[in-house]
Amino acid sequence: MSFINYSSREINCKIVYYGPGLCGKTTNLQYIYAKTNPEAKGKMVSLATETERTLFFDFLPLSLGEIRGFKTRFHLYTVPGQVFYDASRKLILKGVDGVVFVADSQIERMDANLESLDNLTENLTEQGYKLEELPFVIQYNKQDLPQVLPIAELRQALNPRGVPDFAASAKEGTGVFDTLKAIAKQVLVELKKGG
Amino acid sequence: MSTPQLVLYEQELSRLAAVCASLQAGTDARAVILVDKNGQFIASHGDVTGFDTTSLASLTAGNMASTQGLAKLIGEAEFPSVFHEGKNESLLLSVVASQAILVVMFDQRTTLGLVRLRVKKAKPVLDSIFEAIDKKASMGRAQTPFAQITDDDIDNLFGR
Repeated sequence: MSFINYSSREINCKIVYYGPGLCGKTTNLQYIYAKTNPEAKGKMVSLATETERTLFFDFLPLSLGEIRGFKTRFHLYTVPGQVFYDASRKLILKGVDGVVFVADSQIERMDANLESLDNLTENLTEQGYKLEELPFVIQYNKQDLPQVLPIAELRQALNPRGVPDFAASAKEGTGVFDTLKAIAKQVLVELKKGG
Repeated sequence: MSTPQLVLYEQELSRLAAVCASLQAGTDARAVILVDKNGQFIASHGDVTGFDTTSLASLTAGNMASTQGLAKLIGEAEFPSVFHEGKNESLLLSVVASQAILVVMFDQRTTLGLVRLRVKKAKPVLDSIFEAIDKKASMGRAQTPFAQITDDDIDNLFGR
């Protein structure tokens, strides 16, 4: 749910990074945090286990600049990807304005990607959203690894609707900001339509 | 589909800030912070130096969301408040108007009982302000900044 504060002239939107366990959601945010100017970012909050698996969420507030005199801020969240954290994923999706699905491009993780995508659709439906009506982009992460599926195959399996998608290596940084810009733009366009 | 929005105008924000101020004075709390259920900071009064209010808003929302999840799990409609007791500082989190969370941060200068009492009295006032916010937002939707945004404005945001 976007938040407009006329007093401080701010627009805040929520983007959630979703995907199976260890696909690179947190790595995306860590890269964005590392590469963003200090004045454009807030503190990154990570609620994780001792082994650095996301337990509840990661959170990163970003300022993208001004639009019509309003400061535009995006709150980026990741969900815990492990299957048994579904209850937490549902909570993090509340009030979402846009979703980034981070797919693990490795051959052996295709089932996990599909399961996670189904889970996303289910959890959004429970909240009263329809994935096809939400700003949504897909990232094919881990393209730097040797045993990955070709983009065409990933696209066919995970992106039947042809939403914007991006090849990426969050560890190296490629595709991370392209993905972020695409989802942020979609969110603003959607809000413009509704406004 | 256009996603719902929470729109805050100056008048209502001032009223919310005034309630926070009154509550802080009436409880002798260190600070009173109001956040929306989705993790956005709304208003505060008191000493909020020394910690990041954006992080606090996000963590508070996550905390309350998981608390409500627990409530539903055991068959309760909700847990309207949560108390975190620290060695020096404590927090009382309370759901207000079904869409916001009131956070009162206090120490040994006051008591939990007094804080709870004052929060209970502040809740109906906050409820009515949020009602006014919802009403105004639904009437004034055509005048949101989004209505004036052009495609070029959006492109320019990502131009650098």
